[in-house]
Amino acid sequence: MPDLMLLLPEIMQTPLWIVIKIVVIVAPLLLAVAYLTYAERKIIGYMQVRLGPNRVGPKGWLQPIADALKLMTKEIIIPTNANRFLFLLAPVISLAPALAAWAVIPFGEGLILADIDAGLLYILALTSLGVYGVIVAGWASNSKYAMLSTLRAAAQIVSYEIAMGFALVGVLMASGSLNLNKIVLAQQGGFLDWFLLPLFPLFIVYYLAGVAETNRAPFDVAEGESEIVAGFHVEYSGMAFSIFFLAEYANMILIAALTSLMFLGGWLSPIGAWADLPILGDGMHWFVFKTAFMSFFFLWFRATFPRYRYDQIMRLGWKIFIPVTIIWLAVEGVAILLGWQPWL
Amino acid sequence: MNIEVWVFLTFSLVAVASAVRVITVNHSVHAALFLVLTFFSCAGIWLLAEAEFLGLTLVLVYVGAVMVLFLFVVMMLDVDTAPMQEGFTRYLPLGLVIGLVMVAEMVLVVASPKFSSEKLSNAVAHGADYSNTEELGKAIYTDYLYQFEIAAVILLVAIIAAIALTLRKRPETKYQKPSEQVKVKKSDRLRIVKMKSEQH
Repeated sequence: MPDLMLLLPEIMQTPLWIVIKIVVIVAPLLLAVAYLTYAERKIIGYMQVRLGPNRVGPKGWLQPIADALKLMTKEIIIPTNANRFLFLLAPVISLAPALAAWAVIPFGEGLILADIDAGLLYILALTSLGVYGVIVAGWASNSKYAMLSTLRAAAQIVSYEIAMGFALVGVLMASGSLNLNKIVLAQQGGFLDWFLLPLFPLFIVYYLAGVAETNRAPFDVAEGESEIVAGFHVEYSGMAFSIFFLAEYANMILIAALTSLMFLGGWLSPIGAWADLPILGDGMHWFVFKTAFMSFFFLWFRATFPRYRYDQIMRLGWKIFIPVTIIWLAVEGVAILLGWQPWL
Repeated sequence: MNIEVWVFLTFSLVAVASAVRVITVNHSVHAALFLVLTFFSCAGIWLLAEAEFLGLTLVLVYVGAVMVLFLFVVMMLDVDTAPMQEGFTRYLPLGLVIGLVMVAEMVLVVASPKFSSEKLSNAVAHGADYSNTEELGKAIYTDYLYQFEIAAVILLVAIIAAIALTLRKRPETKYQKPSEQVKVKKSDRLRIVKMKSEQH
């Protein structure tokens, strides 16, 4: 806490300091969300041999700002017979967990808002809440398209959460801690010590389940533009719609950040010997870089793969991902029992 | 007053108020959402009691999974509440009896020596390095291993029963069989017919 804060009355010091930290985390996050939408349009554009947005500002850099201004000035239409309170509450419910989960994300060694011991459990609990935004939105809209999509989305999210949770159990077994800071520190010593290699199947399952959890292509039957208009937020307009959009992209960044923390060594440098060097050494920039790298895959997937059929999604989640994680947990358990722990 | 007391009072007030709303509110979806709020407040109280593993698991399991499926059912049913309210007086005596039994059970538990005031006053606040998750794990896997395994077996039986219920074959439903789809050869689907070219 800086000395300036000590001038304030004692009861205000800690809460104010926490609020300042929250702003320091959330403001760049929302900026990153805005520019992830720009990156998505640009990257998919180049992949499909188009230019993407290039009119607003130099090279289109101001496009997300223009989009935000446009959405803010639009009217929020509430359908007749919709439940007004729940209709407006739904976007908030979907955005809040996506932001609150960042409280336990370590950006560097000890650079963390709340260094709690059950960090991983907290993340799991909060990501399981995102589905309420979808359910409440679909139900409160009083529309059959929104309702259909809600059913799809919620069934999909609940199914993939199991595979995701099991993958995290593997990380927990390897690191011996639920604390995200300690999980990263357990991967010290260069990229060969990252959990990426010993837990490779869990890494794949976790990341793909994360793509399914955020309802992104190729698992985007919940939105399914070509089948059910736009899914659960079909009745939303203006800012209420854009908050769903924000939540989706914030969740993408969260999944990318968690993947990089748990499997790619977080803020650790990829070469162990570089750890103390000024730029190549450990630091927040590595975490940001790895998160950006994992976020790129979300966009790449969307530009590459056709949408899964709904029964294929369910099959993949229940009959492939969950058995893979269970087998790998057994393998890991035997390895730990035999004292063969190459990641240590 | 201490800040913990305020947090406790807020959470317990919300928990009690939303629990009352669960049974008084007319619409079943609203009732389910109030139940979610009740779970949430209870999780908050547990966190305050340094039981962070239980608190987070309550949110993860009950709010994140059980209530989601519950909401599904409630949304699909579209319950008409009018006939249910008609039966209110008819079921009142039975409801009162069940309610009284539950109150008696809770009184017996709370009044038991395990919850006596001198035991609770000895409770110590733990430091920042205390991990409730670790302590709980140690207790479950050493002292209470037998009970834990019994619970695990009961859950396993429930899982097997639930899966067995879905395994019945219904010939009239059409569903995809991916293994058969993959095995399909060109010769199964395509018939090449040789025809004479027509004379003009």
